[in-house]
Amino acid sequence: MANEVEAKIRAFIGANLMMGQDATTLSVDDSFLDNGIIDSTGVLELTSFLEDSFGIQVADQEITPANLDSIANLMRFIASKQA
Amino acid sequence: MRPPLSADLLKIDREKVTADITAFIRETVFNRFRRKGVVLGISGGVDSSVCTALCARALGPERVQGLFTPEGESGEETLPLSRLAAESQQVRGILEDITPILEAAGCYRRRDEAIRAVIPEYTSQWKCKIVLPSVIDDDRFRIFSVVAVAPDGRQVKKRLPPESYLGVVAASNFKQRTRKMIEYYHADRLNYAVVGTPNRLEYDQGFFVKGGDGLADIKPIAHLYKSQVYQLAEHLGVPEDIRRRPPTTDTYSLPQGQDEFYFSLPYDKMDLCLYALNNGYPAEESARALGLSPEQTERVYRDIEGKRKAARYLHTPPLLVDERLVVG
Repeated sequence: MANEVEAKIRAFIGANLMMGQDATTLSVDDSFLDNGIIDSTGVLELTSFLEDSFGIQVADQEITPANLDSIANLMRFIASKQA
Repeated sequence: MRPPLSADLLKIDREKVTADITAFIRETVFNRFRRKGVVLGISGGVDSSVCTALCARALGPERVQGLFTPEGESGEETLPLSRLAAESQQVRGILEDITPILEAAGCYRRRDEAIRAVIPEYTSQWKCKIVLPSVIDDDRFRIFSVVAVAPDGRQVKKRLPPESYLGVVAASNFKQRTRKMIEYYHADRLNYAVVGTPNRLEYDQGFFVKGGDGLADIKPIAHLYKSQVYQLAEHLGVPEDIRRRPPTTDTYSLPQGQDEFYFSLPYDKMDLCLYALNNGYPAEESARALGLSPEQTERVYRDIEGKRKAARYLHTPPLLVDERLVVG
């Protein structure tokens, strides 16, 4: 299950935030911000992706680096929302 | 030893700054560009009013063509204050209402369609603006919401999905690009150059539309912090009504301050924060002067750096494969 979520996230990041480049080299703890992968439009895209792909509602106050700024953070956040 | 951070650090020698800028305008327009004068859009705000005054001093008011380019959603005070700015410097102005061009281009229709994707009941009778949350309150990413007010006063606020956000911005950008098209029409007709009026905050942080208000031949106050522009405004006799007007985007049908749309803080604090960051003041040291906590100051620093990064694309001219062809 976790592998499936990670694969989905990596596919989204690669296709949308890395402009089609390979996201498999990204470590799960790499910060999207520090690596220049995400900007304000990217945050909007990522939020829509989470809501559309995992059936969760993301509140404004949940749109934080602690929840969204790495693959690991995203996986933790999705798991907590689905629990 | 760095002096303690305070607004005093932004005080300028008004006479000298005026002399330096007017010399730059004269030299650039007459000698480098070989143009007979300048065209500039006068919005009734302090930046364009100061540029009007500087150009009038540099070239003579008869060589300055002001343009008033309101549209259907401009604030009521925009046109009278624009006229006041021109008249106070004996600069002539031409009124060009750009509403019909915007309607023909689908500016309002396209924007309203993008808003309807999140607020289905939204119609052209509603008013709207897009807003950002405060950067200083928490660690949240700052993402845009649309605020819309129905004719009966009911207010709806919705977070914008990416397609809607980009659609609203792309459509609204017709306004700045149409104004620039009109400015270059008059510049071509008169053999004049076009003046851009961003201050340092706007220029540094990318608060402009590429090919819109970002396009110009000279930008005479882009090195001045906003509070320095106010100092010059007083020195150059810009009327008080203009100096007292709160900075506004004047782009959306609801009133919108620049600090709810783009900047993290009111302009005076934003100036000081940008100065502090540019001059290596650590957040702990800046925080007291800014009236913020060190954590809040760090957030504003990060916001500034993030916007600076995003502005790189906006500042980049068309890139060539062979850079030897670049003409300076």
